[in-house]
Amino acid sequence: MPSSASDLYDVAIVGAGSAGLSGAVTAAELGLSVALLDTSAQVGGQFYRHPEPALGAVRPEALHHDWSAFRSLHRRLESVESSGVTRLAGHHVWAVTRDDADNADAWTVHAVTGADGDGERPVRVRARALLLATGAYERQLPFPGWTLPGVVGAGGAQAMLKSGLVLPGRRVVVAGSGPLLLAVASSLAHAGARVPAVVEASGYLGYARHMRTLAANPHKLAEAAVHGAALLRHGVRVRTRSAVTAVHGRDRVEAVTVSRLDRDWRPVAGTGRRVECDALAVGFGLAPQIELATALGCATRPAKDGTSALALDALQRTSVPGVWAAGETGGVGGAQLAIAEGELAAISIAARLSGRPAATAGGHVRSLRRRRDRMRAFADVMAAAHRPGPGWTRWLDDDTDVCRCEEVTAGRIREAVTDLGARDARTVKLLTRAGMGWCQGRMCGAAVACLAATGGDVPPSAERRPLAVPVTLAALASLAEPNTTPEPTGSDSTDGG
Amino acid sequence: MLTRNTSDVIVVGAGVVGAACAYYAARAGLTVTVLDRGPVAGGTTGAGEGNLLVSDKEPGPELELALLSLELWRELADGLPDRIEYEPKGGLVIASDQAGLAALRDFATRQGGAGVTAHEIPADRLHDLEPHLTSGLAGGFHYPQDAQVMPALAAAHLLRSGGGRIRPHLGEEVTEVITGASGEVRGVRTVNGEFHAPYVVNAAGTWGGELARRAGVELPVLPRRGFVLVTEPLPRVVRHKVYAADYIADVASGSAALQTSPVVEGTPAGPVLIGASRERVGFDRTLSTEALRRLAAGATALFPVLAGVRVMRTYAGFRPYLPDHLPAIGPDPRVPGLLHACGHEGAGIGLAPATGLLIARWLIHGQLPMNTEPFRPERFDPVP
Ligand SMILES: Cc1cc2nc3c(=O)[nH]c(=O)nc-3n(C[C@H](O)[C@H](O)[C@H](O)COP(=O)(O)OP(=O)(O)OC[C@H]3O[C@@H](n4cnc5c(N)ncnc54)[C@H](O)[C@@H]3O)c2cc1C
Ligand SMILES: Cc1cc2nc3c(=O)[nH]c(=O)nc-3n(C[C@H](O)[C@H](O)[C@H](O)COP(=O)(O)OP(=O)(O)OC[C@H]3O[C@@H](n4cnc5c(N)ncnc54)[C@H](O)[C@@H]3O)c2cc1C
Repeated sequence: MPSSASDLYDVAIVGAGSAGLSGAVTAAELGLSVALLDTSAQVGGQFYRHPEPALGAVRPEALHHDWSAFRSLHRRLESVESSGVTRLAGHHVWAVTRDDADNADAWTVHAVTGADGDGERPVRVRARALLLATGAYERQLPFPGWTLPGVVGAGGAQAMLKSGLVLPGRRVVVAGSGPLLLAVASSLAHAGARVPAVVEASGYLGYARHMRTLAANPHKLAEAAVHGAALLRHGVRVRTRSAVTAVHGRDRVEAVTVSRLDRDWRPVAGTGRRVECDALAVGFGLAPQIELATALGCATRPAKDGTSALALDALQRTSVPGVWAAGETGGVGGAQLAIAEGELAAISIAARLSGRPAATAGGHVRSLRRRRDRMRAFADVMAAAHRPGPGWTRWLDDDTDVCRCEEVTAGRIREAVTDLGARDARTVKLLTRAGMGWCQGRMCGAAVACLAATGGDVPPSAERRPLAVPVTLAALASLAEPNTTPEPTGSDSTDGG
Repeated sequence: MLTRNTSDVIVVGAGVVGAACAYYAARAGLTVTVLDRGPVAGGTTGAGEGNLLVSDKEPGPELELALLSLELWRELADGLPDRIEYEPKGGLVIASDQAGLAALRDFATRQGGAGVTAHEIPADRLHDLEPHLTSGLAGGFHYPQDAQVMPALAAAHLLRSGGGRIRPHLGEEVTEVITGASGEVRGVRTVNGEFHAPYVVNAAGTWGGELARRAGVELPVLPRRGFVLVTEPLPRVVRHKVYAADYIADVASGSAALQTSPVVEGTPAGPVLIGASRERVGFDRTLSTEALRRLAAGATALFPVLAGVRVMRTYAGFRPYLPDHLPAIGPDPRVPGLLHACGHEGAGIGLAPATGLLIARWLIHGQLPMNTEPFRPERFDPVP
């Protein structure tokens, strides 16, 4: 294993969630040296979030229905950690560049450390292959009142529960679209919150048209059934083809208006009903986090849910030779799919680095690929079912803030499109500043792209954003100085083990 | 035949230069069709910083154009909405040692003869202008004429302000310039159809060479890449456009190698812009960490307080340049009816109004109001 940073790892993996973790242990078990970088202090990513050890949660697994898969990955990580995996926790990767010095086939991963990325010096990690497993972030669509305190992301509420065991409120409406909503509602109910309604914008009819794919994924059905049963037990009503179209309250959420939607997600006039609550957990599915990849020129594909995902081949390769991706970066599909893809990517990388492509032809790889394809097919059905209908923009008032960082209203964005000649999210951003603030468009990107598209289908915007996370000028300025040797994070025994 | 697709003049390119050409032509009474394959300001204009500088220009034809342009920008700022973010903030050029200061003094004196105002600022007064500037500098020059505009908004508002005579068609790539029996311009063909006019203005920026070829002539426009750093929003810590004296040498250089002497400036919205590197690498958008490093190092050397400030994003753009670093402006004698307005390199925002005015004057009067000999589009033809 490389001992100093100027040495070359076989593979650098960005993201230690389901996909990255699975890729790391597989690669190490195949004899590769691995650098595993993640922003977070713990491994596990979004799904396997767990309470800080200091919080003394007795049974973190109570919040997970898939804890055993993580346990097993974690055990494997511990047994390869001394030999093959260098864990670089708390490393925010801001860019990856191709080495043009001596070895054209190597990559440099640039990271900053420190809780906020404000650590003194930048870190560089060099590797022969790159696996991007940076996951996804929650997609939001704005609506009047969405900036009021008490409105939280559905995934964020789930994450808060998992890692800090705090509830966003006592009466929490869960709204938006996507399979995550049921999981969130059931976790909230389980943790003691009242959930007056789950408000889902799509109908579940989309699923019914694909019974074959559903039947091939019995595990997923079981998962849905578990959530469904849990919700029933807690007396939670699921309202489909509906959306929260307004939030009421002076200083924080006091109630929401739930309206029926037509099949294009246009609110049906006169159907609004008030639901009292003190918090709203809302989310419209997940969007792949792919800036590092697109900055390298990796090709994207429009996913069925209207987001942009990396285009990958059967062995998890991106369009850029030497760069692999796994998990949500290739399209949102869940933790199990991510684990399968991470493993497949690692096997493919090992085969490539050892110059033995036949290593990807065995029976294990074939069955792994079959499993992956089956789960991808299911993910596609799910994605299509929850694709936002074009009519959602009708629930925006002209004075609804779409970009909350820069306080850009829907009216300003509409004006940029109708009067100023914007046709895409990038131009809207230039002309209005929407998406230029702190979150760099993560919150409003999907909405702006929809508003910018002049009718018809919405082209997902895969804008290149060369910095995946903010970096201080001091860190950039010191890039030429000798590298800081990354400090590996030891395995802490309290961590999920 | 007068149809929806017929006008007095077609402008290809909805960047700031095309928008200025359309604006002045429309103001002079002509009907203008503007065609762009992308959105408004989707080319280099969307990547430019909006510095309107005279401070960096040697006496000569480009400075003359820049001085005229600055006056026009001032006029435009009165007529167009506030949102073009015009700000006559002035520039401050810094010298770190006495030799540098002497060179600046000499440069400023020569500029003075051409109509540029510059005041020498002794070392101990630099901080009155820029309180956060590093200490130990030799001195500098203040250029009150330097100004700032938001390029994309400026282009968009110019296109809207043609008194109803500008028809923008976006998403229309021009594939061919149509000519008549004697080689004269009749219009253009796009992927979706035809547009007719006796004049076509090539305002295709960095892609102006390609468009010229589609009209059957050579114009050697090439890309020169630049990176810009954008920081998190800050209260105003930088008041002028501040740069070090070696910037001027970089701008004028014909070298392909990476050059970086950043111009640092605050924006009304809060972020500090640091730009821009210059490098000839074709249309390669790949992140250059070396360019970022030098920009960051240059900016923090001038303003040490910026060290802990975070860069939120960086982007690259491609300046359109011609071998002699001057734009091509005016009629092309090789194709009657074809005019060029491209190749403005790192000064296209600044030079746009003057360029537009010249093109409009020629369309109306058949002649150019100033000496534009150095900008002749056919100047790169091999001498027979
Ligand atoms: C908020 C949220 C809640 C979810 N809740 C559920 C649920 O309840 N049930 C369910 O079945 N699925 C849930 N999912 C989906 C599930 O988390 C994913 O399917 C699974 O985690 C995918 O694994 P992954 O490895 O692709 O991505 P992730 O698990 O998201 O891992 C990506 C990792 O990459 C790291 N990373 C990203 N960018 C960088 C960078 N620039 N530098 C360094 N590190 C970086 C992140 O810190 C993260 O640890 C949720 C997803 C989200 C986003
Ligand atoms: C990093 C950077 C910083 C800069 N900073 C400044 C500055 O501070 N001040 C300054 O004055 N200048 C600056 N510049 C330079 C300035 O941005 C350019 O000179 C200027 O934007 C050029 O404008 P344009 O209208 O000629 O070209 P563009 O804005 O590129 O417009 C050309 C348009 O033509 C369209 N087009 C091309 N071919 C076709 C076709 N065949 N059919 C249809 N449409 C076509 C394109 O889509 C494009 O929209 C900077 C440049 C860069 C890269």
